[in-house]
Amino acid sequence: MTNKTTRAAEGYNFAYLDEETKRMIRRGLLKAVAIPGFQVPFGGREMPLPYGWGTGGMQVTAAILSPEDILKVIDQGADDTTNAVSIRAFFERTARVATTTRTGEATIIQTRHRIPETPLKSGQIMVFQVPIPEPLRFIEPSETETATLHALADYGVMHVKLYEDIVAHGHIATCYAYPVEVGDRYMMDPSPIPRFDNPKLHMNPALMLFGAGREKRLYAVPPYTKVVSIDFEDYPFEAQRQEGVCAICGSANTYLDELIMDDQGTRNYVCSDTDYCQEHAQPSGSRP
Amino acid sequence: MYVAVKGGEKAIRNAHRLLAHKRRGDPALPEISVAQIEAQMHLSVARVMDEGALYDTQLAALALKQAAGDQVEAIFLLRAYRTTLPRFCVSSPLETETMRVARRISAIYKDLPGGQRLGATFDYSHRLLDFSLLAAGELPEPLASTENPAEDPAPCPHVLNLLAEEGLVKTEAAAEAATEDDIPDITRQPLTFPSSRASRLQILARGDEGFLLAMAYSTQRGYGRNHPFAGEIRVGTVDVWLEAEEIDFPVPAGEIDLTECEMVNQFVGSKDIAPQFTRGYGLAFGSAERKAMAMALVDRALRAHEYTEEITSPAQQEEFVLAHCDNVEAAGFTSHLKLPHYVDFQSELGLIRKLRAEHAQKHAATEDASTHHQPLQVTP
Repeated sequence: MTNKTTRAAEGYNFAYLDEETKRMIRRGLLKAVAIPGFQVPFGGREMPLPYGWGTGGMQVTAAILSPEDILKVIDQGADDTTNAVSIRAFFERTARVATTTRTGEATIIQTRHRIPETPLKSGQIMVFQVPIPEPLRFIEPSETETATLHALADYGVMHVKLYEDIVAHGHIATCYAYPVEVGDRYMMDPSPIPRFDNPKLHMNPALMLFGAGREKRLYAVPPYTKVVSIDFEDYPFEAQRQEGVCAICGSANTYLDELIMDDQGTRNYVCSDTDYCQEHAQPSGSRP
Repeated sequence: MYVAVKGGEKAIRNAHRLLAHKRRGDPALPEISVAQIEAQMHLSVARVMDEGALYDTQLAALALKQAAGDQVEAIFLLRAYRTTLPRFCVSSPLETETMRVARRISAIYKDLPGGQRLGATFDYSHRLLDFSLLAAGELPEPLASTENPAEDPAPCPHVLNLLAEEGLVKTEAAAEAATEDDIPDITRQPLTFPSSRASRLQILARGDEGFLLAMAYSTQRGYGRNHPFAGEIRVGTVDVWLEAEEIDFPVPAGEIDLTECEMVNQFVGSKDIAPQFTRGYGLAFGSAERKAMAMALVDRALRAHEYTEEITSPAQQEEFVLAHCDNVEAAGFTSHLKLPHYVDFQSELGLIRKLRAEHAQKHAATEDASTHHQPLQVTP
């Protein structure tokens, strides 16, 4: 994919942010990598996209991007959802970097809500867009309180919450943004990825960076770091299992989106990861 | 098959073209100019500058034009531009005492040094639609020379300083002691709690007028009451001075229009300290009295812990007020719900179907049991 329809933004620095700001973000990222799972406050800037639409991820990408990088942007696993298109166009315009939809080709992958199905390699960087970085926020709204809980590694409230789920529903009722413990120390929100993706965080060869723009926090999971989804001995963590197979590529082991096909509610399933799906689709032309 | 999610790029392009047409409106009508907005919609321009945190009437007017009059969108445009601007230096503290006032009122003294000056205000107008404005063309009556504020630049003292001289209101921590480094910049450093008053005032200054108004109003209705009096409201022009590094003396950089509000509030005192009034402070770009007054009330409410008042109400809780008063943040995060959430929704769908299946099974089992032993009784 090339920047055929966009013009490079004149009067702006490479990748939009000024170098001072990028340096500030990189310092924050270094600290985040040094303390896996710890939320580092940073001087988040206003971006020309709305808060909540990936400004944190964009600032991280802008700070680490170099002209040689090959960028992939996905939203809900897909390269062609409107916001992924918009963010990709932003970096094509402001940094003129090469972009790709192929997971294997990309050096930096900015994502919202998914980790690609294709296993990541050493040297690749995932950049996650994070809405609410604090895993304890919906249990304890005060920042002062949650900061103390992290400092004391006092995560009992989360176990109580998951326990209450089991009492009320018979299952842990958290399906996405499922909390993890990173490097045997910090509890971390993996961003709203489905818990199907949680196991991919564990000992991943790629560097995982997380940026929350509105909340002004950075955090990271360095390569080959232990990441454990919170659970109980008698109720062990379970990645979601889905019914059905992908209608396009036939995969049975990927995360599937459900499509409603007609007024009768006939359902069909397709891979959420469009790149993986296209790669595994039959070459005989069952593709759209 | 992929129709539902494909075609994003083309759709965005077409949406932008449609938006441009909507903004321009009927091409048979003359286009509204930025200069017209700047001159004739100056209160709207002031709000955009204030919450956009950038004093530039032309750019604020441009933002309003581009946003088709949507103020929150215009504020966002101005913020996103502001964030890219280099900073050369920091101005000297503004001397609002030297303000060339266009309006200045105090609700606590009938007459006072500097006098009361009504200025341009909606306050005593009857809110009747003026249908003569439907027909264009007529200029308002010319002003008499005494009504022109530029010709009467005599500065007037702050009302609260008159009280402070008598010891009736607390003198605030000396501003001179603070160096540039002591004052946090909320646009460069993330906010941490508990916050300083300097950070709080910065955030309130760019906070959403509607939100702050509602918070301020809630204190008047008993949710964190602080007995306010409008000590002084002044609107006018202030010089901005710079202390550039190479020069030993401050140089004037220009002038800006401001609205300043100082509230006199609930007095405090103890065995050791004689009773004193407390205060709340509000400052806004341009003519923005509603905003400045709301800010002053909320500032005072947020000082509850300073005066060891019981913190019971939303307006007194800094984490609540400061984290939610920025409309660029709030509008962005609310609007992001429009983004696709297929993946998360899918995971919830899976769970809820599973839970419902289990529920139905259990229900069927108990129903079986009950129909066998206790036949259902129907009473008319």
